[in-house]
Amino acid sequence: MATDTGRDDFIIAIRSAFLKKGTRQKFSLFTLLIISILVLSLEYFKSGPINNFRSITKDIIFKGSFFISGPFVFIKKNFQNFQNHLNMYEEYNELKKKNYNLSTLINENKYYKSENKILKNLINEENIYSNEFLTSKVLFDKKSPYLKSVIINKGFNHGIKLGVAAKERSYFIGKIINVNFLTSRILLASDLNSKIPVIIEPSGANAIMSGLGKNDYADLEYLPKINKIKEGDIVYTSGVDGIIPQAIPIGKVFKIEEIFFVEFFVDFNQLKYVKVNK
Amino acid sequence: MGQGNIKKIYHSFIHAFPLLFLFFLAFTGFDLSFFLFKNNYSFNFIYLVIFYWVLKKPDRLGYGLIFLAGIINDVIQNFPIGISPINYLLLCSIAAFIRNRTLVPSLLYDWIFFLIAIVIISSVNFLILTMVFEYPIKYGTLMFGSFITFIIYPAFSKLFDQINLIDLRQENAE
Repeated sequence: MATDTGRDDFIIAIRSAFLKKGTRQKFSLFTLLIISILVLSLEYFKSGPINNFRSITKDIIFKGSFFISGPFVFIKKNFQNFQNHLNMYEEYNELKKKNYNLSTLINENKYYKSENKILKNLINEENIYSNEFLTSKVLFDKKSPYLKSVIINKGFNHGIKLGVAAKERSYFIGKIINVNFLTSRILLASDLNSKIPVIIEPSGANAIMSGLGKNDYADLEYLPKINKIKEGDIVYTSGVDGIIPQAIPIGKVFKIEEIFFVEFFVDFNQLKYVKVNK
Repeated sequence: MGQGNIKKIYHSFIHAFPLLFLFFLAFTGFDLSFFLFKNNYSFNFIYLVIFYWVLKKPDRLGYGLIFLAGIINDVIQNFPIGISPINYLLLCSIAAFIRNRTLVPSLLYDWIFFLIAIVIISSVNFLILTMVFEYPIKYGTLMFGSFITFIIYPAFSKLFDQINLIDLRQENAE
């Protein structure tokens, strides 16, 4: 008898939790759960009006998020500026020690560029990649253990396509993984799901740069067993996927316990404006 | 602006605090992620807010608005749209069930039930993401994130208790 009452109480509690609307609730949990499952099942439709509706919804949410995060982004930026000011003297000394002869390097670079152009013409090589880059503003960044990405204020309507490369100054930062009408999402090279075909110079070894979820560096996978890679070598995009242009610098090689990693040139925490390949 | 108006705004802010906090978290994706043993972890504050307020004051957070917050969270986090509403509503149903079954509320019981609830929800989340959407997500990271969210529940519970108390005092004064 007592067991029956206990079971009845249990069933009443479950029924009440799922079906009963609270004093100020407009929907029952059961109804909303069914709606959520229906919404989730719509994820399978990647084109047509559902996709357009999804794009508009995302645009609205991203713009809303940009305004809501505004004050916090402002505080964060000022804090970073303050830190930069504190580190200025150290940075100045470091640069002084390196003593780069920039004008010589620029002239050398110009020479190699023109030589490269002549050699390409000799073998009739055509540039299949677009050299057009669109400058866009970072609306906000999302850096959680599951996702390292930034949202930019250019989308579909501005000619941005899925999979194209994004740069900060002249350095590679990631690729477009989501395009809406007015906004797009860039998956940063540091994200766990990021896999970019790269070439390591001067040895010319090909590899896949794989994000580790860390902001500063990434892993190098599928390196040839016999290679001449050493610390300080520069990693560039190889362009073998046919979407990301070749020769965009990414970072330099460093080694921990005989394993090679890539240290990024870009500080992903300070992205304000980026350039996206059109 | 008169002092009366400032007081009114303050009262409205305290009254709508759970809702404002929930939408702030959803829109900004705020999670205080940090590195521990070379791995990146983060708290899930939304679970704390939903569980506490649905358990203690269900009229402060409407289920419809929780559903909406879930949709926003999915867009911001780049999850398949609909997964967070399912998680949040399941959490609501567990909290509502506990509320119906509890005669004498206690922080310890709430804390233990919160652990059970987030373990169930994280497992459902993991199963849907990996099996249906083939989303590459680490089970260990997800569970550790849930565990650290569980650890901070008492602190947030005390904080929310105070906010609830201020709101009650204001209601009684009116």
